[in-house]
Amino acid sequence: MSDDNKETAGSAEPREGGTPGRVIGTPSPARDKALLAEEEYPAPAGAGEQLDEASAKRAERIVAAFFLLAFAGSVAFIAYYIGWSGRDGGMHGVTRARESNFWLGGMMALSFLALAAGVTIWVRRLMTSKPIVQERHELAADAETRAAFAADFVQGAEDSGITKRPLLRRTLLLAAAPLGLAPLVLLRDLGPLPEKRLRHTFWGEAVKKAQAEGKKGVRLVVDGTNKPLRVADFSSPGGMITVLPEGLEEDVPEEQALTQTAKAVTILINIPEDEFKPAKGRENWHVNGIVAYSKICTHVGCPAALYEQTTHHILCPCHQSTFDATDAAKVVFGPAARPLPQLPLAVEDGYLVATSDYHEPIGPSFWERG
Amino acid sequence: MSDATAQPPKAVEGALGFIDERLGSTTFFKRNVKKVFPDHWSFMLGEIALYSFIILLLTGTFLTLWFKPSMVEVVYDGSYTKLNGVQMSEAYASTLHITFDVRGGLLMRQIHHWAAILFMASILAHMLRVFFTGAYRKPRELNWLIGIGMFTLGMLEGLFGYSLPDDLLSGTGLRITQGVAESIPLVGTYIYMFLFGGEFPGTEIIPRLYMLHILLIPGLILGMVTAHMMIMWHQKHTAMPTQKQTEEQVYGYPFYPVFMAKTGAYFLFTFGVLALMGAFVQINPIWLFGPYDPGAISAGSQPDWYMGVLEGALRIMPNWEVTAWGHTVSFNVLIPALVPLGILFGGAAAWPFVEAWVTGDRRLHHVNTRPRNAPVRTATGMAAVTFYGLLWLAGANDVIADKFHLSLFATTWFFRVAIFVGTFLAFVITKRICLGLQRKDADTISHGVESGVILMSPDGRYSERHEPARAEESTVILSKENARPEAPSRDANGIPAPDTKGPLGHLRSRLARAWTFDDIPIEPHDGGHGHDEVEAGKEPKQLSH
Amino acid sequence: MKRFTAWRRRPWAGYAVVLAALAAIGVIYAGFSPQTDRAEAEGTAQAAQDLANGKQLFNKNCASCHGLNAEGTKDAKGKPIAPSLIGVGAASVDFQVGTGRMPAMNPGAQMPRKEPIPPFNTEIKTDYEEKEKREAAEKQKAQAEKNLEDLSAYIASLGGGPEIPPASATDPSKGNVALGGKLFRTNCAQCHNFTGQGGALTGGKYAPPLSHSDVTPTQIYEAMLTGPQAMPVFNDTTLTPQDKQAIIAYLVQTREEPNPGGNGLGRIGPVSEGLAGWLIGLGLLVLAAMWITAKKPKKLKKS
Repeated sequence: MSDDNKETAGSAEPREGGTPGRVIGTPSPARDKALLAEEEYPAPAGAGEQLDEASAKRAERIVAAFFLLAFAGSVAFIAYYIGWSGRDGGMHGVTRARESNFWLGGMMALSFLALAAGVTIWVRRLMTSKPIVQERHELAADAETRAAFAADFVQGAEDSGITKRPLLRRTLLLAAAPLGLAPLVLLRDLGPLPEKRLRHTFWGEAVKKAQAEGKKGVRLVVDGTNKPLRVADFSSPGGMITVLPEGLEEDVPEEQALTQTAKAVTILINIPEDEFKPAKGRENWHVNGIVAYSKICTHVGCPAALYEQTTHHILCPCHQSTFDATDAAKVVFGPAARPLPQLPLAVEDGYLVATSDYHEPIGPSFWERG
Repeated sequence: MSDATAQPPKAVEGALGFIDERLGSTTFFKRNVKKVFPDHWSFMLGEIALYSFIILLLTGTFLTLWFKPSMVEVVYDGSYTKLNGVQMSEAYASTLHITFDVRGGLLMRQIHHWAAILFMASILAHMLRVFFTGAYRKPRELNWLIGIGMFTLGMLEGLFGYSLPDDLLSGTGLRITQGVAESIPLVGTYIYMFLFGGEFPGTEIIPRLYMLHILLIPGLILGMVTAHMMIMWHQKHTAMPTQKQTEEQVYGYPFYPVFMAKTGAYFLFTFGVLALMGAFVQINPIWLFGPYDPGAISAGSQPDWYMGVLEGALRIMPNWEVTAWGHTVSFNVLIPALVPLGILFGGAAAWPFVEAWVTGDRRLHHVNTRPRNAPVRTATGMAAVTFYGLLWLAGANDVIADKFHLSLFATTWFFRVAIFVGTFLAFVITKRICLGLQRKDADTISHGVESGVILMSPDGRYSERHEPARAEESTVILSKENARPEAPSRDANGIPAPDTKGPLGHLRSRLARAWTFDDIPIEPHDGGHGHDEVEAGKEPKQLSH
Repeated sequence: MKRFTAWRRRPWAGYAVVLAALAAIGVIYAGFSPQTDRAEAEGTAQAAQDLANGKQLFNKNCASCHGLNAEGTKDAKGKPIAPSLIGVGAASVDFQVGTGRMPAMNPGAQMPRKEPIPPFNTEIKTDYEEKEKREAAEKQKAQAEKNLEDLSAYIASLGGGPEIPPASATDPSKGNVALGGKLFRTNCAQCHNFTGQGGALTGGKYAPPLSHSDVTPTQIYEAMLTGPQAMPVFNDTTLTPQDKQAIIAYLVQTREEPNPGGNGLGRIGPVSEGLAGWLIGLGLLVLAAMWITAKKPKKLKKS
C-alpha cells in the first residue's frame, strides 16, 4: 500500500473519486499537493533551491534557443521591412498589404512568443527562488491613531473657522455654485437647438422649389445614378429601388449632402395594384401601386430596406422591425412602434414626382414628436 | 543561490544610493522587493486586460500619426483601386491609407482592434473570476467598483473607436447611437443635436469622438488602472483556499525576481498572441464595408461583442411606445438601452454591500471562497451570466437564423421567453449543483475517499476501504464556512433583535435565511481512520487495488 | 423555259419561292452578321423543333406543378401552389433551372440552390482523362445547354418577358466597380451583406450567398432582372444594364479579392470576430497562464 494508491483512488469510477471535481476558479488540489509535498514550510527567505546542474544546463540551452529564435524573428521583421516591403515603390494595394501583413505580423508574433516562452522556461526551470510566506498586515489603523486623526481633522476645521462662521461658509458655497455651472454653459455651442429640424426633410424644400416653377412636384431620382424615374421605367411588379429628391446633389452644399440624404432617403416599391390597400386619406398617394416610404426605420434609424416581394414585408436588418408595404407600412413584427412614413406620389410628364414632404417626422421617435 | 549578506556590486550600490539620497526610496523598495504573489492561472486574467490596454496605447499612438479625424468629403484616388472615384470622408480615406499604403499599418490596425476585443473579454472574464470566488468582499469593494467603471468606460471607448473610420458599419453604429439618444425623454433631441453638432451625421461627430477616444476616456481608464493596481498592491492579492493561505498570511513566490519574470513573460505572451491574430485573422475590413452612406446598410450589421448585449436587448424588445399629451416616450428603445445593463452593472456594483448587509459579515476576507460554498452567490452569478449571454446571442439572431436555417422571428420569440426562463433555470440548477457538491464534500470528510482497495469480510462480503482525505484536500474542503445558526429574532424577553426590526430588518432576516437555510455543514472529522467497513473485518483480505 | 413556267403554275410554287427567298436572305444575313443569326439561318424548321423540345421538357419536368399550359396551379383552397410562367421570360427560366432551384424537390420557405437535374446540368465535369468519357460528358453538357435554351425559348414563346442577357452585358471586367459598390450597398447589401455572404429574411427565407464562384455573372444579372422568389425586381429601366454590369463587376472583384489581413472569418463582420477573440485570443492566453503558473517540474531539483 503505497501513497500511489491515493493518487489512483477511484480511477475506476472517476465520479466518485477522492479528488473533488473542480469548479472554475478553485485550485487543483492535486497540483497543490504536489507543490507542497516537496517543499519546506515556510521556506527561509532568501534561501534558494538547489538545481541539478546538468538539467539546469540543458534548460539554459533551451531558453537560449528560444531567445535566439526571438532574435531571428525581430531581425527578419526589420530585414523584411527594409529589404523587401519597399520594393517597386512601396506598398500599394491588396496583395502587397497582404504580403506585408503576413511577414511583419508573423515575425512579430514569432519574436514575442519565442521571448515569452524563453522567459517562462527560465522562470520554471532556472530560477531558484522558493515560495515564501508573508504576513497580511492589518489595513485599518488602530483606534488610537484614528481618534487622533479625527481630532486633528475637527480641530483643523475649527481653526479654519468654517464651522463657526456661517456667513463665510454660505457665501463660499454661493460663490462655488455658479462657477460649477459655468462649464455647462460653455457647452451650449456644441450644437443648434432642435427646433423644427426633425420635422421636415429635403423633399419639402425640393417640392416647394418645383411648385414655385409651376410644376406639380419634385422628381424622384435613383440613389447612386441620379436617373429620374418615369412610371414606365418602374413598371415591373415586385420592383424596388432607393430614391432621393432631384436636386439634392446640386442644390445642397457638400457638407450638408449626407445629412440631407440621411433624412430624405426613400424606398420606392412597385406593388401589384390588386394587392395594395391604400390607407384612408392616402388613396391618391400611390401611382398604380407604386408607393414610396421613408427608408429610415422608425425604431432607431437604420435603413429599413429588406423588401420581400412575395410577402411585401419591409424588414430592417438592424433590429428586425418588419413593416407591411401593402398596408401603409404598418408594423407587423419587431421593436418599431410606428409605420414608416409615406411620401405622396403623382405623375407629371410621365415622371414620378413627390407632391409634398413627408407629413410626419421621419426616423426614430422623440419626446416632442407627439 | 543568492547570498543575502553578499556585498552588492558597485553599480547597484551607486544607483541605489543616488535614488535613495534624493527620494528616500530604499525603505519602500526593501518592503516590496519580496512581495508575495499567490499563483493561480485565473489570477492572470486581469493581467491580460492590463497588457491589452498598454498595447492599445502603443498601437493607437501609431495609428494617430496618419489618421485624419475629419468628415470633409474627398474623392478617393489611392491604392485600393476598387474605391477609386468614390466620395468618402477624410477619416475613411485616411484609414484606407493606413491599411494599404503605410507599411505595417494594417497590422497595427488589426492588433489595435483585436486588443480592444481582448481587453473587454479579459475584463469580463476577470470580473467573473472575482465574483465567483468572492474576491470582491471587504476590503476589496472599491477595486470591484473601479473594475465596473473601467468595463463601462471600455464599452464607450470601444464604441467610439469603432465609429472613427467612418465606414458603413461604424456609421450604422452611430446611427443607432443617435436613435437611442433621441429617444431619451425631455432632453433627447437636445442631446442628439449637441452630440452631433446638428443633424445626423453632420461634420462634427468624428472629430469629437476622436478626442474622447484618444484623450479623455483613455486618460480616465489609465487613472483607474493605476488606482486599481495600487490598491491591489497595497491590499495584497487574494489567494485560493489551500493549506498555506490563510486570512493572516499569504504564500507564494516573491515579486522579484519570480513574479516579475512571470508577469513580464505574460506581457510578451499577450503581445505575441495579439500579433499572431493581427497577422493571421482579419478584423474589421473597412475597405469591404465601403464609406458611410445613410441610405445603405448591410445584412448582419452588428456591433463588437461587448455592445452585443445592448443590440440583443433592442432586438427582442416588444414595440411599446406611448404618446400622450403631445409627447412620445419610446419604451421600445429606452428599456433595452437602460434596463438590462442597469440591472447587471447596478446589481454588480451593489452586490458586495448587499451581501454584507444580508449576511451581516463585516470581516475582512483575503482567502477566496469556493463557488460551491456560496450557493446563492454562485447561482445569482450564473443567472446573470445566462441573462447576459442570452441577450448577447440575441444580438446575433440574424446570423444564427441564417447559419442554422431557422425562422428569424422564431429566434426573436425564443429569446423573448428564454431571457426569463433561462435566467431562472440557471439560478435553480446552479444552486442545486452547488449543494450537491457540498454534500459530496461533507461525505468526503465524514467517510473519507475511496482507496481502490477492495476488502473481503470473513462472511464473504466485499467492500471498498475508505481512507481519510489527504491533508491538502481536506484543507480545501474545510475552507468552507458553515452557516452560523440564526440569531433568534426575539430574545428571551420578546424584544426583537436590533437588525430585524421594521420592514427592512424583516427583509434582511428573510434574505439571510435564504442565503443559508439549505447549507450543508461540513465539520472536521475527529475519528481519524475509523471506518465501519474497515473495522467490521478483523483481517481483511486484500484483493486488488 | 417552258418547263419552268409549268412548275411556276404548280400550287406549291409560291411557297417554294418564298422559302427560297427566305433561305437566300438568311444566307446573306448570316454572311453579314455571323453572330446573331443561327436560328434564322437554319430556318424556322429548326426553331420549331427546338420549341417542341422545350415543350416536351416542360411537360416532363415542370407541368406537374405549373400546369400543362404554364398557367400556374392552386390547391383546393385556392392557395397558389406554383405561379404562372406566362410572361416570366427566358431569363427567369435560365436562372431558376440553371441554378437547380427548379424543378423544386419539396416546397419549403424557399427553394434552395442545388445541383440542376441531369437534363439541365450544364456544370458537369468534362475534364476526364479518357477520351470516350470526356466526349460523352461534353456531349451531355452540350445537350444540357441546348435543353436549357429550348426550355427558356418555349417559356418565352408563351408570353415574352425578360431575355437572357448577352455575355457582353455581364462581363465583370467591363463594369464601373466604384459605381457598382455604391449601388450594391444601397440596393443589395441589406439582404446579401457587404461582401455577398447572404443573410436571413423573415419566415425561414434567406438571401443566398453570392460569394461562391458558381454564382455566375449571368445568373446575378438574371436575378436582378427577374426578382426570383422574395427578391425584388430591378428592371433594366430602373437599374440600366450598365448599372447591373457595375454591380456584377463589384461583386466578382470583391469575391476574387484576397483578404489582406489573414483569414477573413467568413467576411460576415463582428459576430465571427467576437467569437475568434474569445476562443482564440482568450483561449491561447489562458493556456499560457496555466503554463506560467503550473507547478515547477521536479526533475530539476537536486535531491
